[in-house]
Amino acid sequence: MTQGLQAIVDGILIGGVYAIVSSGLSLVFGIMGVVNFAHAEFLMVGMFVAYFAWAILGLDPLIGSLIALVVVFLAGAGLQRTLIRPILKAPPVAQIFLTVGLMFTLENGALLLFGADYRSVVTSYQTESLHLGGIIVSMPYLFAFLMSVISGGLLWAFMRYSRTGRAMRATAQDPMAAKLVGINTDRMHQIAFGLGVGLTAFGGAVILPYLTVYPTVGSQYVVLMFTVVVLGGLGSVAGAVVGGLAVGVIQALSALVFPMQLQNLVLFVVFIAVLALRPSGLLKGASA
Amino acid sequence: MSAETILQVRGLSRRFGGLTAVNDVSFDLTRGEVLGLIGPNGAGKTTMFNLLVGIHRPSSGSIRLKGTETSGLKPNRIAKLGMTKTFQNVALFQESSVLDNVLTGALLHHPVAQARDAAHEMLRRVGLDHIAGKLAGDLSFPERARVEVARALCTRPDILLLDEVMAALNAVEMEEFLALVRDLRKDGLTIVVVEHHMQAIMTMCDRILVLNFGGLIAEGTPREVAHHPAVVEAYLGKAYTGDHGAH
Repeated sequence: MTQGLQAIVDGILIGGVYAIVSSGLSLVFGIMGVVNFAHAEFLMVGMFVAYFAWAILGLDPLIGSLIALVVVFLAGAGLQRTLIRPILKAPPVAQIFLTVGLMFTLENGALLLFGADYRSVVTSYQTESLHLGGIIVSMPYLFAFLMSVISGGLLWAFMRYSRTGRAMRATAQDPMAAKLVGINTDRMHQIAFGLGVGLTAFGGAVILPYLTVYPTVGSQYVVLMFTVVVLGGLGSVAGAVVGGLAVGVIQALSALVFPMQLQNLVLFVVFIAVLALRPSGLLKGASA
Repeated sequence: MSAETILQVRGLSRRFGGLTAVNDVSFDLTRGEVLGLIGPNGAGKTTMFNLLVGIHRPSSGSIRLKGTETSGLKPNRIAKLGMTKTFQNVALFQESSVLDNVLTGALLHHPVAQARDAAHEMLRRVGLDHIAGKLAGDLSFPERARVEVARALCTRPDILLLDEVMAALNAVEMEEFLALVRDLRKDGLTIVVVEHHMQAIMTMCDRILVLNFGGLIAEGTPREVAHHPAVVEAYLGKAYTGDHGAH
């Protein structure tokens, strides 16, 4: 019983992070219709930004995560303007080649710049934990979860109430109608891409206290991210949150029954079952 | 009525491959005028609208809105300058409420809080405030058409282009809509209407342009156009006398 409860708590804590790193992928697809295969590499970039902010400036990765968000937002907005925008109206295969190419470029660029070494940070709370009854809550996991919840809440409020958020939702639903009410849809695409990859970088930075960073770390997450967004409903940020939590809990619970190496087996069985029963995902909808 | 020319179209053409959808059309629009654009299916009416609001770029010719050349500008820039349109097939933000749809239009000139007030005011004006909270995707076609008009009006246009907005309205709804047009006109709004419903066109328009095969074949008051031989031959079939309804 306690083991099961512990697994659910662990699953929710890691699922919250999956939700925030995947919501960016869903945001980009929902608003621009682009499936960004390079998305997970921005998690790696965020981890490196936070790592160097810690190593050089002595900043905790939780603070460094804000720097990662801003740096990668700006880089993403620039990439959207120069690389993504020209292929928005191209056949989907051009988008696939471009984003896959971007994935390799970022990964190999990081290898070239930083080498293949594994790097980690040291924080005061790294080995701390809370004991609640029989449940142990790891502090780095809890902080990463809380940061994800806060950023997710801010994203929700931004999309729901701000002028730009409303314009982004309108762009997602009908770009031409949005243009005719004066919305600069090109600008909205640029912000959406910057925000999408920025959030993923932020997510990468907040998990740095309990994970190591290396140039190919993104590849550990790419399949999980796509599982999360397809499970929740491609294009729906709310779906990414549900999908992220579901994936985290399924992984944690299945680790109780199966060896660690097989924890994704149950996940993918559930994934296939959900797709068979609800092909549009758990939460349907194209808007953020 | 002021004699200010608000829109000047000169030699406007648009070709799609070998097809000339709009061919060397010129006309002026006076502020506060209600102009009808009629013609058979495929005459180039919707293409003309799309050229005016920037959805299509002209192959040649010039469009000047309040003295500013707008040909080649994007639709959002033209909306900001004061001209927008509704769609023949009604394009709403389906997953948003009626209020949010209209509010999105009001954001062009207002911050969010004021846009909300402006949207409520507009919904009251067009008689839709009772469905403000409904999801746009759940509305009937006539309701959707009215929401789209309300959203376009919230952008505070100088010129509003209405593309077959009365297609699915019943007699009562049409009378309400004509009353709204009269009301908007009093406020100084300039309106261009593409419509197949001849009675409505003849009732509300000051002037009518008739297109056929992309070219302008006639221009004049409703009475002049109704008896114009080229219009009778190409579109009406017989002189319009006002005693018949649609088409």
